[in-house]
Amino acid sequence: MSVKKKFKGLSDKAVAWLFIGPSVFLLLAINIYPLIYAIRMSFTNFYANKIGREPQFVGLKNYIKVLNKEAIWEKMQVTANFMFWTLLLQAVIGLGLALLLNRKFKGNELLTTLIVLPMMLSPAVVGVFWTYLYNPQVGLFNYVVNFFYDFGSFDMIGSSELAPWSIVIVDTWMWTPFTMLICLAGLRSVPNYLYEAAEVDRASKWQQFIYITLPSVLPFLLLALLFRGIENFKMFDMVVELTSGGPGSATELASINLKREAFEKWKTGYSSAFAVILFVTIFGFGNVYVKVMNKIKER
Amino acid sequence: MDTSRSYLEPSSFSKKLAATIIIVYTVITLIPISWMVMTSFKNVNSAISYPPEVLFDPSLEGYVNLFTNRSRQSQEYLDSLPAPETWYEELVRSREMVITGPSKFLGRYSNSMIIGFGSTFASVFLGALAAYAFSRFRVPLKDDLLFFILSTRMFPPIAVAVPIFIMYRKLGLGDTHLGMIILYTVVNLSLAVWLLKGFMDEIPKEYEEAAMIDGYSRLQAFFKVVLPQAMTGIAATAIFCMIFSWNEYAFAVLLTQFNAQTAPPFIPTIIGEGGLDWPAIGAGTTLFLLPVMIFTIILRKHLLRGITFGAVRK
Repeated sequence: MSVKKKFKGLSDKAVAWLFIGPSVFLLLAINIYPLIYAIRMSFTNFYANKIGREPQFVGLKNYIKVLNKEAIWEKMQVTANFMFWTLLLQAVIGLGLALLLNRKFKGNELLTTLIVLPMMLSPAVVGVFWTYLYNPQVGLFNYVVNFFYDFGSFDMIGSSELAPWSIVIVDTWMWTPFTMLICLAGLRSVPNYLYEAAEVDRASKWQQFIYITLPSVLPFLLLALLFRGIENFKMFDMVVELTSGGPGSATELASINLKREAFEKWKTGYSSAFAVILFVTIFGFGNVYVKVMNKIKER
Repeated sequence: MDTSRSYLEPSSFSKKLAATIIIVYTVITLIPISWMVMTSFKNVNSAISYPPEVLFDPSLEGYVNLFTNRSRQSQEYLDSLPAPETWYEELVRSREMVITGPSKFLGRYSNSMIIGFGSTFASVFLGALAAYAFSRFRVPLKDDLLFFILSTRMFPPIAVAVPIFIMYRKLGLGDTHLGMIILYTVVNLSLAVWLLKGFMDEIPKEYEEAAMIDGYSRLQAFFKVVLPQAMTGIAATAIFCMIFSWNEYAFAVLLTQFNAQTAPPFIPTIIGEGGLDWPAIGAGTTLFLLPVMIFTIILRKHLLRGITFGAVRK
């Protein structure tokens, strides 16, 4: 506004702090303080189940232990594999569904609501229920697969080759609607006049898709993938209830291993160090990702 | 406007094709959920028959098992009891069991309700305030603050669970509803701020500036002009927050036990004789899904109508 005018009420600066303050305070108290606490514990040999014993400072010993443990790198690989396939499938299917739904055919509102249902479910409960669907003797999944092609008896959860796919399938089934919804919001925010102008310029449908639709929806898709990526890096509940990390450690994601160290073996110091390493990893990747995302948005 | 729409509208063939693909996808994606609901109405035997039974005699055994605790008794003992008074007692008796009392399901369920609605309201409200401030004002270190807010979502819950447990015990918040509401509010805040900021960015500044020239204060303009404009975004955000709180498992399983435990850690523990009681788990899942479904269907218009104010975007 070129004309300066004094408005009544609080100054903008006061309003800004009034609005941001409570959120920042809560995040500091319930997120950052425990984080600092965990970082402090990561330098000690603290065991949360041994209350009387004073924890001792052990320096970087926990970190060295974590990084030198080969099993940890296996868990990271399992996690990376899980993330790669779930994000790829959810981006492709989610964007595809959003593009189809954007054609505004009759009843698409109802269908969108129905498609969204799987992500409403509790991942832990979904995990339990899919053990039933995947059951090699009575499971519906096995029955349907064998109906189309007779593989004979197979065990999605019990075989170490199939188990990683069992969690990818369930996660994709559950969370594709998330990318779809966010992409749909992106598609609907594209102003019509862009397409009108393109039509006037005789741009083909394909050109409109490449030069208008895709760039408009990309920031939304990237945001959806960022949230899914973070969630899947921390994935715990669904997989715990579905495979509990097994068989062996075929689906033991990083955070499942973390829970074992922290709440079954009670190695609080060691597990805190592992948690900090996980956090730094995702924080680093997330930081780079957001920077790239903002660059794309600005273009 | 209507003349311009004619050539933007997809052809009827491409619409039909799109509709067909979407319907096929919808049917496939709904099979597991329908199967859960169907299983909840099976009896224990037909739930484990192969090939899976699509047609079956409906039974409420799953629901009875979900809401009661039972114990197996000898035939002589059952004979010595007076005749069952209710249909569900009769059902349980026919399995040579007696009802020993209500299960914990109802209590866990109402915990989920209280904690879910409480934290959704709080995180959307606080998130809307923060999102507005980030969207409109020059906040020092804005990008860093925004990234800080997002980064709080990156820490695995297991890692902060131990410190939060110790901290909550000191504050008397351990295993309480208030403690879980605060915790879920904070976890949802980052998503709320980020999603809502996107929606607020799309609302033209000119709207509230006009209101302020008319004599509204900044706060009045926010509550009377901006918030109603952002309803679509708020509804969508509320759905995501509600889903999270309603379904959260890791914190609930690690931080609550008796008083404030929610349904998700409880449902997997429903065990019948000789393994999991699938009809009862199906029943629990069905009842657990219901409120979120209703919530989504009520707010569907806001979620799906499309973000019309996107049209004003520069």
